Amino acid sequence: MNRLVYGVIAAMGIAAAGLGGYGMAGGAGTLRLAWLVPLGGLELTLDPLGGLFLGLIGLAAAPASVYGMGDPDGGGRGRLAYAVFVASMCLVPLAANTMTFLIAWELMSLASYALVLHDRESEESVRAGWIYAVMTHAGLACLLAGMLLLGAEVGSQRFADWRAAAPALAPATRDLAFVLLALGFAGKAGVIPLHVWLPLAHPAAPSHVSALMSGVMIKLGIYGLLRVSLDWLGVGPPWWGATLLVAGAVSSVIGVLYALVEHDLKRLLAFHSIENIGIILLGIGSAALYRVAGLDALARLGLIAALYHTVNHAAFKALLFLGAGAVVHATGTRNMEAMGGLIKRMPWTAGCFLVGSAAIAALPPLNGFVSEWLTFLALFQNTRLDAVGQNLVFTLGIASLALTGGLAMACFVKAFGITFLALPRSDAAAGAHEASPPMRLAMLTLAAACVALGLGPTLVVPVFGSVAAAILKTPPSATGGDWLTLRVAGEFASLSTAAIAVALAASLLVPFAAFWILGAARRTRAYETWGCGRIVQTARMEYTATAFANPFKRVFDFFYRPSKRLDIEFHPESRFFVERIEYENPTRSIFDDWLYRPALELLQAAARAVGALQSGSANQYLAYILVALLLMLVLA
Amino acid sequence: MIASLAVALVHIAVVGAGAPLLIGALGTLKARLVGRRGPSPWQPYADFRKLLAKEVVVSTTTSWVFRATPYLLVATSLVTALIVPVATVRPPLAFAGNIILLVYLFMLGTFFLALAGLDAGSAFGGMGSSREVAVAALAEPTVIVAVFALALRADTIDLGRIVERFGSEPHLALNPAHLLAFAAFFIVMLAETGRLPVDNPATHLELTMIHEAMVLEYSGRYLALVEWASAMKLFLFMTLLANLFVPWGLTEPTGPVAVLGGLLALAGKLSVLTLAVAVLETAVAKLRLFRVPELLAGSFALAFLSLMAVFLVR
Repeated sequence: MNRLVYGVIAAMGIAAAGLGGYGMAGGAGTLRLAWLVPLGGLELTLDPLGGLFLGLIGLAAAPASVYGMGDPDGGGRGRLAYAVFVASMCLVPLAANTMTFLIAWELMSLASYALVLHDRESEESVRAGWIYAVMTHAGLACLLAGMLLLGAEVGSQRFADWRAAAPALAPATRDLAFVLLALGFAGKAGVIPLHVWLPLAHPAAPSHVSALMSGVMIKLGIYGLLRVSLDWLGVGPPWWGATLLVAGAVSSVIGVLYALVEHDLKRLLAFHSIENIGIILLGIGSAALYRVAGLDALARLGLIAALYHTVNHAAFKALLFLGAGAVVHATGTRNMEAMGGLIKRMPWTAGCFLVGSAAIAALPPLNGFVSEWLTFLALFQNTRLDAVGQNLVFTLGIASLALTGGLAMACFVKAFGITFLALPRSDAAAGAHEASPPMRLAMLTLAAACVALGLGPTLVVPVFGSVAAAILKTPPSATGGDWLTLRVAGEFASLSTAAIAVALAASLLVPFAAFWILGAARRTRAYETWGCGRIVQTARMEYTATAFANPFKRVFDFFYRPSKRLDIEFHPESRFFVERIEYENPTRSIFDDWLYRPALELLQAAARAVGALQSGSANQYLAYILVALLLMLVLA
Repeated sequence: MIASLAVALVHIAVVGAGAPLLIGALGTLKARLVGRRGPSPWQPYADFRKLLAKEVVVSTTTSWVFRATPYLLVATSLVTALIVPVATVRPPLAFAGNIILLVYLFMLGTFFLALAGLDAGSAFGGMGSSREVAVAALAEPTVIVAVFALALRADTIDLGRIVERFGSEPHLALNPAHLLAFAAFFIVMLAETGRLPVDNPATHLELTMIHEAMVLEYSGRYLALVEWASAMKLFLFMTLLANLFVPWGLTEPTGPVAVLGGLLALAGKLSVLTLAVAVLETAVAKLRLFRVPELLAGSFALAFLSLMAVFLVR
């Protein structure tokens, strides 16, 4: 039964991907069922951008479902919610009017909420689900307000009509609609400071669902932001793009900073999703700014970078979540401090996780490198803009992207090194076993996707180029190149990951040649790690994740604001003998302290103030009704 | 095709064979500056020969990552040698991705070396890895931002073309942005290659060292590869600094004479730079470990200012 359900969902995913590919290739289609729902009826339209996201959802859902087949503790419960989740995600990019869109959007949120509550016994899951529900519905309220506003101003709830009427709208209306819709979508995408739900909700769900939530669901927030900033509302003022760029810069750096000090493997990955959403926003923001300035080729480049990173992130983040799921299943914990030595016990999982880590750290020649390279180029060419203020925003983007790259590399050294290398730090880790065959198949497929997307930018970029051209309504781009080398902006810059891969492979032979020529000794002796003369090496002598991240905690202490608590219990006879040491070094979230707590306090104060009206006496309520009636009569 | 292959071989030969000499010369100069005779500049070659003749001891705790890393490290350094304008302004792999590729290739090496440091499960290796990535995570972004500051004014991100542009129009360099970028790049060069005041290549005191702690488990031919790769990294960083900020002497690879001229110019620049680094290393003490990130954050800020100055002062 389990296998059947997940198998059908995987097949549906592949079919959806096929439909998405048809849409990307320019195939259009519309489905209208006016009787099905009120207020405009159900209306679905396929266009290139929608096709891209549909294809992405389908291609990510297939391996995630295959993984679900083989996941013994994740697959049983929540099959219906999972099916609804995947199906509603497929509907979102196809929706062509407000009603259809909001129904699909809300179904997606509710199904994922049910999946977050997968483990109902754990208090943590319940809290995660609660915060997720609140944040996602706050976002929905923003979307609803924005869409109703636009619908009322334009006089139609169909997105195609908004597109046609947008240039004629009053600037203030457009700005207000942009703010409301962008807030709603940014909340779903996990843009800082609207990210608080993401690191709680994603780890709580079963791993194949986490993979889809991080890999695809938050991308639908990106989809919405693309529609709002580049499509539905026409060409907006420069501050729209600048806001997106700054939000991207902030999200990328802060996301990775949080990930660095996080030792829950799945939560670490969730924080990296925030970082990568930031990188995608850098591309979208630059595209919006270049478009306002009339630089169509550069706008296309920025958008291609954003779309490429969207797809790449779906590939490597799904891979990493599935790998983390296999590890969590094998060890029974998400805490990295209790792992270690898994590379020998789970070689396939370790290999796939290493590919994913290298890809997300943007190491060449894998896919993360290609899209970050494109983003760098899109940001770099802001010299073509003649507005110092905007140039400075771009410099901020360049600096944050560079910093993010370095910090992400450091973070994945920790994530892979502490989890998979050295000696196991607990009995559970020592007794870990390899993932089941379907889980391995899913991970290998995604790892292959990371490599292929890295080595084949010349094949991928023209596809994204045509999608970007369709959104920006410009002729298809000239960005392309021969089969090996990608050329950007004519001869401005070129990239050839295939050449890098070949050169790296050839260079690997140089040491062997040097050994042969110089007649190096071939003897190798296996022995234990050098230990300063101690007798045995134990896992307690290893470096921990906390220690590994400590330099960063100290460098960025103004951001983490760490507090330290050291609790030592001495032997009653002498202080020279320690019985027990407890050490805690927690960090604090500035967003909780400075944004959400004051906002919640304000809300509660307001509720108390309004509560004074609620006396419970029926007479008083009758009086309220009378007053309200009189007021309405007077005002009417 | 043949010509670019020949240039590629020249680049690899010069970087591969010249890097140990650079390290040796630095050691000799430092010794002379403090009044010792010191080793001969050829000492590193003798060290490598000794290491190659020795047996390798591999910890039973380690995995394939530990054994693959030395080869990968050498490969990243060699590929980088094909991107940096060493002998000509048209390095053979310039088309493959430029300064961004260069920095991320170094990161690829750092990534695997840090993993190898964790692999043996000793506290020293982990300590070294943690410190190395903390330094690299701040230093490598600075390289991108500093070179971008130059690239923005040269209006190209091709390293060779930046060199050409500043060589033919030196007035472009008369800008505060240039000076800031130079300062940032110089600090990063010292940090990335494990020189004073960030790391002390001469020490083996575990509490202070960074790079040496990380590679503590390596021996024999593996250690030779790791040391060779880090020597090449120093060579490449110094070459990049020399050729970007003193952009004369390099030309297009029209013939053997042009390539030889470029190499001679490079030898001259590197001699001066080596002397400067040696003087600096004898004059300053090592920074306390947790002051190092402050220095690096400072250099990142310098590079960022330099990038902003491109727009503010134009």
